[in-house]
Amino acid sequence: MSEMSMIQAIHSALDVMLGRDPNVLIFGEDVGYFGGVFRATEGLQAKHGPTRCFDTPLSEGGIVATAIGMGAYGLRPVVEIQFADYILPAYDQLVSEAARLRYRSGGEFWAPITVRAPYGGGIFGGQTHSASPEALFTHVAGLKTVIPATPYDAKGLLISAIEDDDPVIFLEPKRIYNGPFDGRHDQPARPWTGQEGSEVPEDYYKVALGSAAIRRQGRAVSVLAYGTMVHVALRAAEESGIDAEVIDLRSLVPLDIDTITASVNKTGRCVIVHEATRYSGFGAELSALVQERCFYRLEAPITRVTGWDTPYPHAFEWDYFPGPQRVAEGLRRALEA
Amino acid sequence: MAVSPEKPRKSRKTAEVMDRDELLKAYSSMLLIRRFEEKAGQLYGMGLIAGFCHLYIGQEAVVVGMQHCIGEGDEVITSYRDHGHMLACDMDPKGVMAELTGRSGGYSRGKGGSMHMFSKEKGFFGGHGIVGAQVSLGAGLAFSNWYRENDRVSLTYFGEGAANQGQVYESFNLANLMKLPAVFIIENNRYAMGTSVERASASRDLSLNGVPWGMPSLSVDGMDVLAVKEAGMEAVAHCRAGKGPFLLEMKTYRYRGHSMSDPAKYRTREEVQRMRAEHDCLDSAKAKLVALGVSEAELKKIDDEVKLRVQEAADFAQASPEPDPSELYTDVLVEG
Repeated sequence: MSEMSMIQAIHSALDVMLGRDPNVLIFGEDVGYFGGVFRATEGLQAKHGPTRCFDTPLSEGGIVATAIGMGAYGLRPVVEIQFADYILPAYDQLVSEAARLRYRSGGEFWAPITVRAPYGGGIFGGQTHSASPEALFTHVAGLKTVIPATPYDAKGLLISAIEDDDPVIFLEPKRIYNGPFDGRHDQPARPWTGQEGSEVPEDYYKVALGSAAIRRQGRAVSVLAYGTMVHVALRAAEESGIDAEVIDLRSLVPLDIDTITASVNKTGRCVIVHEATRYSGFGAELSALVQERCFYRLEAPITRVTGWDTPYPHAFEWDYFPGPQRVAEGLRRALEA
Repeated sequence: MAVSPEKPRKSRKTAEVMDRDELLKAYSSMLLIRRFEEKAGQLYGMGLIAGFCHLYIGQEAVVVGMQHCIGEGDEVITSYRDHGHMLACDMDPKGVMAELTGRSGGYSRGKGGSMHMFSKEKGFFGGHGIVGAQVSLGAGLAFSNWYRENDRVSLTYFGEGAANQGQVYESFNLANLMKLPAVFIIENNRYAMGTSVERASASRDLSLNGVPWGMPSLSVDGMDVLAVKEAGMEAVAHCRAGKGPFLLEMKTYRYRGHSMSDPAKYRTREEVQRMRAEHDCLDSAKAKLVALGVSEAELKKIDDEVKLRVQEAADFAQASPEPDPSELYTDVLVEG
């Protein structure tokens, strides 16, 4: 075990998998010689060679499409889209090719690809570097969507994603690459050192896709969150003194609905938190699922705390980002109803 | 690896391309961009500008030279490294700087930031943050001019990294097929973020990237404002004559990082210093001005005027109030 930041844990997962499986290849913009804009692939080209880890032209559609072809052939490509906001030129390939290859070939071909993409706000990235596009992928049958919230999970989930035989969208909350940001932007940034989830095995291990983790046990209200918002929700529970049960979903598709159902049946109240825009966001799906399964145990309407239904603005960073204050208000709303 | 532009188009004699007054004006425009960008870098360092900020320092000759080829009614569209283009389009430095600081006095009222500003009045159709996306928009501008039969041209700027996006070639095809009046300008500053052009492009001569569609092109010394204008005039004349689009590859160089958070591990300090020392657009323009008999006092006066404008912009960008939170929900969809 050693202490790692989330970016180091991701780097370690890639390093381990390049070492274990000759079918694993890593490519994307700036990932080879330069080592990635967030340094996720630093030194991997030098260590594993330029045929295993290489630079591509700026061409997201081409990057993902080539990976799908490689995957159909039997390779296991792991591609990086530099920011999740840049993934849209590849969306056609993901939806029309990667997601449906297995289905339309009657199970003869599939695309075991992993698409890594840093996502999310809190970095003053404006409208082209802050998006949370998870619902674009969860809505597509045939894709899996995974979002870690700790270094330990990032590595274990990424290895699971790489070994998974389906296409996995692996969204990395870039605001917590280097520390568990809890939305308190007015306080000094904390590094991962000493924080829960920063002890990471150096070798191979997996965290199964489709298993949520309860980050805080509580009896008053269930909070469903993922990525950076897990840490914001924990902070909101602490600041408000509300006995919230905070569930880190870790994987949106497949979803650990059993853990969610058990928690909401226990608390009778549910708050859903995400950075993405509210309308047709993943919170809407969560809300429907909880309602379908827990209706007779609910004591209050399900509450959503989300980004606003606007593009991510350049100004208003902390008005847009759903910080601990807004989450705490959501908790109180769920309790007072 | 040689950094100097390879066989770039050099300009003819100064006087044939720009007279004394025009070169003075071009020099002043380039200096304004240089000083503005230096100030933006300072404000960023002071925490007054947040997020992404891509400086144009080193590349000033490209946009200023091209701007001297077009007139009122022509359009300009570019990528996220857009401050220089806006100043060259005569947009107000105050409004640009205030957008960088996210204030209500900014061109997008603080909601766009460094990469996203526009001015209908000045024919500037935006900075665009998604690499290569603006190229197809540029083809749309050109189509509109062709459709209106109005004799105007559009200048579409993009980097050599963006030149690898598929939609660039979709646009080239369409523009050539329909003979649209579009000047496509590759600003080849050699590095797409941290990846050199050699590592990402199989094409060794980007000016030939339009050949499959029959698009004429020139490779130009983009560090020389005269060479830029000379090539730009040829391209613009070609478009205005109804002969279709034209591709210009500007061999240029950015002195600063890709953005403000660039670890600069992909090139040597010596390489940057050599370009600054031997190819700087301001140095060469200044030398030519002196040769044309422009006095030190005259140059000093330009320097002072530019400094004052930049300082006023910086002051405005700090004094302008932050946007009202009610602005968050304006301009999402058509109002009313």
